[in-house]
Amino acid sequence: MKMQSTYMGLKLNSPIVVSACTLSEQTDNIVQMEESGAGAVVLFSLFEEQIKKEESIYKSILSGTTNAFAEASDYFPDLNDFNVGADAYLDCIRRAKSRVDLPIIASLNGITNEGWIDYSKQIEQAGADGLEVNIFFIPGDIRMSSAEVEHRYLNIIDAIKRTVKIPVAVKLNPYFSAIGNMSMRMQQAGANALVLFNRFYQPDFDIEKLMIKTDLHYSESSEIRLPLLWIAMLYGKVGISLAATTGVQTAVEVIKYISAGADVVMTASSLYKNGIPYLITMNKELQDWMKRMGFDSIDSFRGIMSQQHISDPTAYERANYIKILEGVK
Amino acid sequence: MSNKNIIATIDGNEAAAYVAYRVNEVCAIYPITPSSTMAELADEWASKKIKNIWGTVPDVMEMQSEGGAAGTVHGALQTGSLTTTFTASQGLMLMLPNMYKIAGELTATVFHVAARSLAAQGLSIFGDHQDVMAARTTGFALLSSASVQEAHDFALIAQAATLKSRIPIVHFFDGFRTSHEVNKLEMLRDEQIKSMIPDELVFAHRKRGLNPEHPFIRGTAQNPDVYFQGRETVNSFYNNMPGIVEEVMNDFATMTGRKYELFEYTGVADAERVVVIMGSGGETVAETVYALNATGEKTGVITVRLYRPFSLEHLLKVLPATVKSIAILDRTKESGAAGEPMYQDVLSTLVAALQQGKLKQLPKVIGGRYGLSSKEFTPAMVKAVYDELKKEHPKNNFTVGINDDVTHTSLTYDPSYKLDESEWRQGLFFGLGADGTVGANKNTIKIIGENTDLYGQGYFVYDSKKSGARTVSHLRFGPKPIRAPYLISKADFIACHQFNFTEKVEMLEFAGEGATFLLNSPYNKDEVWNKLTGQVQKSIIDKKIKFYVIDATTVARETGMSGRINTIMQTCYFALSGVLPREAAIKQIKKAIEKTYFKKGQQVIDQNFIAVDATLANMFPVNYPANVSAANHDLLIVADKAPDFVKQVTAVMMADHGDQLPVSKMPIDGTYPSGTTQWEKRNISDLVPLWEPDLCIQCGNCAYVCPHSVIRAKFYHKDHLKNAPEGFKSAPINARGFPETHYSLQVYLEDCTGCNLCVEVCPATDPANRSRKAINMGDKEPVLEVEQKSIGFFENISWNDRSKIDFSTVHGAQFLEPLFEFSGACAGCGETPYLKLLSQLFGDRLLIANATGCSSIYGGNLPTTPWTVNKDGRGPAWSNSLFEDNAEFGLGMRITADKQLDLAKQYLLELRDELGEDFVKEIIDAPQIHESELAVQQLRVQLLKERLQKMTSSASAHLLSVCDQLVRRSVWLVGGDGWAYDIGYGGLDHALASGRNIKVLVLDTEVYSNTGGQSSKSTPTAATAKFAAGGKSGGKKDLAMQAISYGNVYVARVAFGANPQQTLLAMREAEAYDGPALILAYSHCIAHGYDLKNGLDQQNKAVASGHWPLLRYNPILRTKNQNPFVLDSPRPTIHLKDYAYNELRYKVLTMTNPAEAERLMKHAQELVNLKWKTYEELATKKASDFVPVG
Repeated sequence: MKMQSTYMGLKLNSPIVVSACTLSEQTDNIVQMEESGAGAVVLFSLFEEQIKKEESIYKSILSGTTNAFAEASDYFPDLNDFNVGADAYLDCIRRAKSRVDLPIIASLNGITNEGWIDYSKQIEQAGADGLEVNIFFIPGDIRMSSAEVEHRYLNIIDAIKRTVKIPVAVKLNPYFSAIGNMSMRMQQAGANALVLFNRFYQPDFDIEKLMIKTDLHYSESSEIRLPLLWIAMLYGKVGISLAATTGVQTAVEVIKYISAGADVVMTASSLYKNGIPYLITMNKELQDWMKRMGFDSIDSFRGIMSQQHISDPTAYERANYIKILEGVK
Repeated sequence: MSNKNIIATIDGNEAAAYVAYRVNEVCAIYPITPSSTMAELADEWASKKIKNIWGTVPDVMEMQSEGGAAGTVHGALQTGSLTTTFTASQGLMLMLPNMYKIAGELTATVFHVAARSLAAQGLSIFGDHQDVMAARTTGFALLSSASVQEAHDFALIAQAATLKSRIPIVHFFDGFRTSHEVNKLEMLRDEQIKSMIPDELVFAHRKRGLNPEHPFIRGTAQNPDVYFQGRETVNSFYNNMPGIVEEVMNDFATMTGRKYELFEYTGVADAERVVVIMGSGGETVAETVYALNATGEKTGVITVRLYRPFSLEHLLKVLPATVKSIAILDRTKESGAAGEPMYQDVLSTLVAALQQGKLKQLPKVIGGRYGLSSKEFTPAMVKAVYDELKKEHPKNNFTVGINDDVTHTSLTYDPSYKLDESEWRQGLFFGLGADGTVGANKNTIKIIGENTDLYGQGYFVYDSKKSGARTVSHLRFGPKPIRAPYLISKADFIACHQFNFTEKVEMLEFAGEGATFLLNSPYNKDEVWNKLTGQVQKSIIDKKIKFYVIDATTVARETGMSGRINTIMQTCYFALSGVLPREAAIKQIKKAIEKTYFKKGQQVIDQNFIAVDATLANMFPVNYPANVSAANHDLLIVADKAPDFVKQVTAVMMADHGDQLPVSKMPIDGTYPSGTTQWEKRNISDLVPLWEPDLCIQCGNCAYVCPHSVIRAKFYHKDHLKNAPEGFKSAPINARGFPETHYSLQVYLEDCTGCNLCVEVCPATDPANRSRKAINMGDKEPVLEVEQKSIGFFENISWNDRSKIDFSTVHGAQFLEPLFEFSGACAGCGETPYLKLLSQLFGDRLLIANATGCSSIYGGNLPTTPWTVNKDGRGPAWSNSLFEDNAEFGLGMRITADKQLDLAKQYLLELRDELGEDFVKEIIDAPQIHESELAVQQLRVQLLKERLQKMTSSASAHLLSVCDQLVRRSVWLVGGDGWAYDIGYGGLDHALASGRNIKVLVLDTEVYSNTGGQSSKSTPTAATAKFAAGGKSGGKKDLAMQAISYGNVYVARVAFGANPQQTLLAMREAEAYDGPALILAYSHCIAHGYDLKNGLDQQNKAVASGHWPLLRYNPILRTKNQNPFVLDSPRPTIHLKDYAYNELRYKVLTMTNPAEAERLMKHAQELVNLKWKTYEELATKKASDFVPVG
């Protein structure tokens, strides 16, 4: 049975990919992910603002405490020698590459044009096989038009693609007015893959303390419907790889996403809940299903449920909505 | 290996440590200023696995004290290791016992000493030879280096000589002047170092070590029959030592071309007047001799290199036969002696030579003292000495550099006398401790020194404050090595990095004619002139100064330099100073930027280049008028109402003119008046807390946490407000039943450091605008005038009656007068709120023994001190003895209190007939627990005094002298964890075990804060610190549990930021307990590495993570058959790392060694869990499970 899949030109032994999460901070975990059958690993995210903030804090602490008093010329070792900035992240890439064969995809979350360019270049030089750019941007400035927002995305993709040769995936959000058109333009800007979707941080309130709650929760399988819809819609219409993320708890969601047209399916929450070896179970269940259904390769059932391939394409559009509502009645 | 000489610009400490590290296998260390850097470097090099010349990484071991370091050195030496240590001052004093042993056993070693003053009438961290002179009797040889190059060279010469001679050596150089001076030098290469240390000497050293394979015994106890003879066995070794050192110096000269002699003569061959001197001062004298001789005078100087053993022959060899008068200058003081030590050595040498016929006649010989505690020693002073030697009857036992108007020892000198300084470019830079000025200047010397043929020298002067400290950098450059170990008094470049200094410091008094003045100014070239004071304008006009301005703050901000002005100002210096041609200078600075930021990538380099270019584009010459336009603005140092002593002495020191104070103005025994910080008004923060009475809930939190006692609260009858000045803030008190009472929170704006803790702790927010609290930081300038009037009014409202305040609550405690105020501690200091609270609770009957450390510096460093008095003149009586002995020192105070109380009671009983039995009984039996009871007792004692003054008997006079003790004294032993956990631990343990009524407050920052963040036994697992650069792997000592084991010691662990109420309760319980008490107080600190405005939040997290469980162990409960162990904090709710990784001290390791950081953090978490489990078990035990109180 052929479990291989191709994702933005990278050959993977399984379509199940570990999405960006803190589990990949430990190289031992990445080794375990490979041993458990992950197709690739998207490393935890490098957050530009976090790096800059940390660097700035350290600089401020050091400059405020160095050569300020006769008895103590300083309080801390010289951080120039240390891994500040992106160094630690780049070290993670190097360590991972030295210990595993599966593709390592770095994840970059930038805020400035310089940051995107600078860090993506460093990531490529450190040996990453691919780069996932996570454009986490909430247009809070209400004067900003949708065209401007779109332009910003496209500019970033263009800048990165001019900088690096490794394939670049864009993790996008589902809130564009015209996701299909936007996907096409991202492809034109040079993106090699689209990752659907980014789960934006959405705040909650603590009404007793009148404070914003900053807790994060794992995605649930019920959340797969939106990405499922758009993968099914885009499959065959954009000429680049599609990755599905959000809500992948078991092999069931993997199967659904691939059926919709995903080249790879990403998961992190299932591994947090069940441990990294759960990848073995997911792969096995995927294989069992394929066997049961008579598919001999991933390619053979990819996209079979996509809008392109199903007998009633309108099921994905308004008619589908009406049917569901009628079902509720 | 390359034979190319390495040129470096480093300081004397690094120069010496570089060699010492390479020629030793073991370094036993302990931090002490100004030598700490040597030990820190050794530790850092070892952690980076840098090898010595034999290819091994030296074992660097931090000890609990210098005494411990010396013992370890002794042990390592006795077993054959090549061993060294680094120390100074009191540290060397603690090593003396071992030094006698090491020398008596003829053991080769070198102790590297940054020579420093000894604590006498006061402590001083600065340089002189008192410490090494105290070690001259130990049998160690004393080898003196006088410059940074010599500190480097002599470290090797000493090592070679000690191995060859078997005589141990103290290699010393002047603390700060040489240890901290940055200068250009030629570094020794490893093969050069190795060639001076033959293997056979190393083998011989090892062979002398103890070894069970061929055992012997060393260190016997000897009797009168043989001890004396045994002592004389070493004579031949000492006799041979000068020859050996000379031989080594000759070998060294052959190898390097740098020639040294035991006694080095400089001057004309037929000199008539000669000065003998040791240390860096010798450079000043030698340069002055050249100048004097160039005018036809016949002078010379002998610089002493090897002081012990003192070689008569070598001295006579260099002494010109023509000499008529000699002055020996000692940088030490030996009260009561016939003269200082070197004077006596030279004199006895000359007399012996005369008697032996080696000298035809005895020249006039005088001795004098100079340069104590880094007092300036200039060519002008040298000239005064040579002038004195011309006299028929020159003054013996003189001083130079001060004005002794009491015993008239001092020589007068003409300060305007200067050497030819035309070859030098001299720059003075006035900056703030935190603005990077010193760092940038060190970098400048490096850039110029290491990339051009020019020689550079840098020396940096700091004031004594830890917040808002002013720094002055002295930079010289010239075509020849710079031998000028004294400050710049006439600069051709002056930079002022902070505009407000123009009103506070007379900077331009140091400007030469035509000098360049660069001012960092928020005002542009057209506006700035009218913003200057009359004096500054006058100096600029009179001295024809080339005046430039730059708004460095804006340039830094606009070029993305995060508001750091140092690179901007440094670029200006390169462009304007003329040290290098402008284009070449800019090229050098860009080259340095490329080198510094190579690892950070081109973007960062480009950003810095942009800043350089923007600097040049924004630096403008100022065209100024020919006349002064501003009014003269007298520098107001202290208010008119200040006491005379403050005006005549303190204010002079504050104005940086303390050098001009004569001896007669000095207190004779180190006794100074309390409460002088109140006169200083440092105005170091532009942002200050502003109170919003309408929002305030009057909780008192802000006053409680304020580290500088800047926020104070009073309540009063509303009628007071009739006379209130406009703008005085007030609100009805929020307690029920007091409709006519008002409340005011007054902020002393001019004393605020802007730390923000008050805002962070404020719980009251405006529901309509959640960013507005009841106290917010705002601009000081617009409100200052109104607030000054308000403060004056507020001070006239009486403090609330202590006996009517419930100060068992934080809310109540705010109404107690703080008797610790406006200290020089860091902004946001985590220690001082405890001291302030201590002073509020018990201040008027408080005796404090303060261990040396941060708290003794911000608590007792001149010019001004923060411990103050109340309206009755009562307040904390404070003293500092040493670092190591504070517990014993405080115990002594307690014993006095108890003894004099006994005496007082004895005399009271003796005088009961005259005084009245009831009155005596009342006084003796007075309960003194509550404030009201204490107040009554104070009145009784006052009445007693009045009656005693009218009596004439001996008993009444005796009683009068001790009756103050009848008011219960509160004796507190205060210090940091370096004291309590390490150097003073033995004494502390003993004092606690004594059962006496002492209270110990440990301001626990978990690190040696004052000396720069070295690890103590309180440093927690997984944190990094100096001497634990690889992360502390051992556990933190549980001092609380150790004290609890005695059963009768009250123990508390507190954190005011986490639970202020528990802190208050613990302090009061401890004080009320009639026995020993120990309070461990979590103190956030700049050495933890985060913005201290988050200090309270971090304290919360320290408790929430279980790192710092709050507890109280109260023996009183045990006596009531209750569990004395009370756990005051809940089970940990967060992981240790969620607390720890907010701090750079922990975070550093994740950057240097992530795997080790993870391992240690896991280990630390396990320790926290285990500790919590133990505490939880203790908290649930029965009273009978604990030691009964005897």
